[in-house]
Amino acid sequence: MSVVFRLRLTRPGFTLDAAAELPGLGITAVFGRSGCGKTTLLRCLAGLEPAAEGEVIVAGETWQSADSRLPAHQRSVGYVFQDGRLFPHLDVRGNLNFGYRRAAPARVRLRPDDVIGLLGLAPLMDRRVAGLSGGERQRVAIGRALLTSPDLLLLDEPLAALDAISKAEILPWLERLHAELRLPVLLVTHARDEVARLADHLLLLDNGSLLAEGPPAQLFTRADLALSATDDAAALLDAEVSAYDETDRLLELRLGVQTLWVPAAACPPVGAVRLSIQARDVSLAMSAPEDCSLLNCLDVTVCELSGELQPGELLARLDIAGQPLLARISMRSARQLDLVPGMRLKALVKAAVISGAGAAAPPGGLHPGRAGPKAAWEDRQAP
Amino acid sequence: MAGDLISAADLAALWLTLRLAAITTLLLLVLGTPLAWWLARTRARARVAVEALVALPLVLPPTVLGFYLLLLLGIQGPLGALGLPSLAFTFTGLVIGSLVYSLPFVVQPLQTAFTSIDEATLEAAAALRAGPWDRFVSVVLPLARPGFLTATVLGFAHTVGEFGVVLMIGGNIPGETQVVSIAIYDHVEALDYRSAHVLSALLLTLSFMMLLAVYATNGRFRMFAR
Repeated sequence: MSVVFRLRLTRPGFTLDAAAELPGLGITAVFGRSGCGKTTLLRCLAGLEPAAEGEVIVAGETWQSADSRLPAHQRSVGYVFQDGRLFPHLDVRGNLNFGYRRAAPARVRLRPDDVIGLLGLAPLMDRRVAGLSGGERQRVAIGRALLTSPDLLLLDEPLAALDAISKAEILPWLERLHAELRLPVLLVTHARDEVARLADHLLLLDNGSLLAEGPPAQLFTRADLALSATDDAAALLDAEVSAYDETDRLLELRLGVQTLWVPAAACPPVGAVRLSIQARDVSLAMSAPEDCSLLNCLDVTVCELSGELQPGELLARLDIAGQPLLARISMRSARQLDLVPGMRLKALVKAAVISGAGAAAPPGGLHPGRAGPKAAWEDRQAP
Repeated sequence: MAGDLISAADLAALWLTLRLAAITTLLLLVLGTPLAWWLARTRARARVAVEALVALPLVLPPTVLGFYLLLLLGIQGPLGALGLPSLAFTFTGLVIGSLVYSLPFVVQPLQTAFTSIDEATLEAAAALRAGPWDRFVSVVLPLARPGFLTATVLGFAHTVGEFGVVLMIGGNIPGETQVVSIAIYDHVEALDYRSAHVLSALLLTLSFMMLLAVYATNGRFRMFAR
């Protein structure tokens, strides 16, 4: 299963022109500022933009080519809209069944019981749609889309309309989805932390065209992309859990041969985590300071220095055990330390956040007690 | 009992009126639904003209409408020229006249209901494998149900209350084209106020009950689009 598209759509004042080949598994985040064409790209893939030209091939099936075009209802797509778009005349059960009843029997891989369990929908089944909270609504919308057993799941900013609490409520469900479904997912977002938590692959859109694509950890630290120029520029690092100190509530992580300490309420049940380290939380020094409150002092190599990104500041891209790390430092410090690419020095890391299961965790990893249903799902997902 | 209160001729007029209203409403729902759907969704320039045409019976004196219909349906009209029998002064003629007369009362509530259904909801249905017809039946019809109820009741009630058009094209043939409103007129002309009272009270009650049903089940509804 894979997703290949080459799409072009012209509107007054805007042209979407993007092509990519996406992995057949995992979450691909479509990232970019508002109006850059993220939603339009999803709509074109789903067949909701009749004027879109080009090619769409999903799981070996041609949805669109130069001389043929399947209408939306004939594409094996699951679409979760930003505003949910549940049917107000049906209850939750009716909404879930809407797509399930219409899925071709031969294609059905997901059954209501699986999806209800996966998304925790059992207590909502007989509720009216109008009475659901924002987070519940989106869970139902996701379930409804999944029950068509799609070959491609499109999530159009499913969290954007939600407040922080509902967001926190639904993110774990998306992580579980990611861990347990063998299905390519396109997730539109403009929230960096969603990319960090969920994405395996990243499409960076700007003004209707594809600026870059690749693993999020790489794109987040590329100096030539706007992603690293913003105030909250951060690097994503995959690390291994080696120990947990219960007295100090510190998690010991390994990055290659080096050790990193991160505060954590509990030890995650898996061996691998993804860290998000903001550029402004990293300082540089020629040697390890002796009396310092900072726990983490890591050996790094300078790869690249940016020009002045913020007034008086530049961004240094560093290499730590083969993974990129960003540090934001003042122009003066750069001059005093005489920073040049290739230089080896110490990075002092003030804070690092475990950013979620992400790609680093094995399926079902951070969710203990999910062995049963998961096994059942994987059976059905086999090609 | 009933025979004392209401004459056989009046009973026939009542039955004819209800039959006329039921048939007209049914036909209007069948014909008006696609028309209202088109009006609610089209971007064609012709829409405005068609909307005005549909609303015309609202403002036209029924006698004007009846006059043109008489010319159309009469033996000397275009239908007659095609060799078709004259429909003036027949029940079928009454149905045709009522269709025109009550058209806006069915089309406009339906159009309002269809317009209020978001394109976004239909897109969601399409992304859930529902084809165009399926979307109409399983999303549009249930969501437009209040509109259909309003359209049915208004179409029916308005046809029951019709007078001018019927008089022009149907005349006053008892059991054939005499409806209640004309029977009442006849009774008043003949100074038979008792019979006029009975029929009038019946119509008043019937109309009130129907509107009560609409308001009670619909909460609030707008009678006309825009």
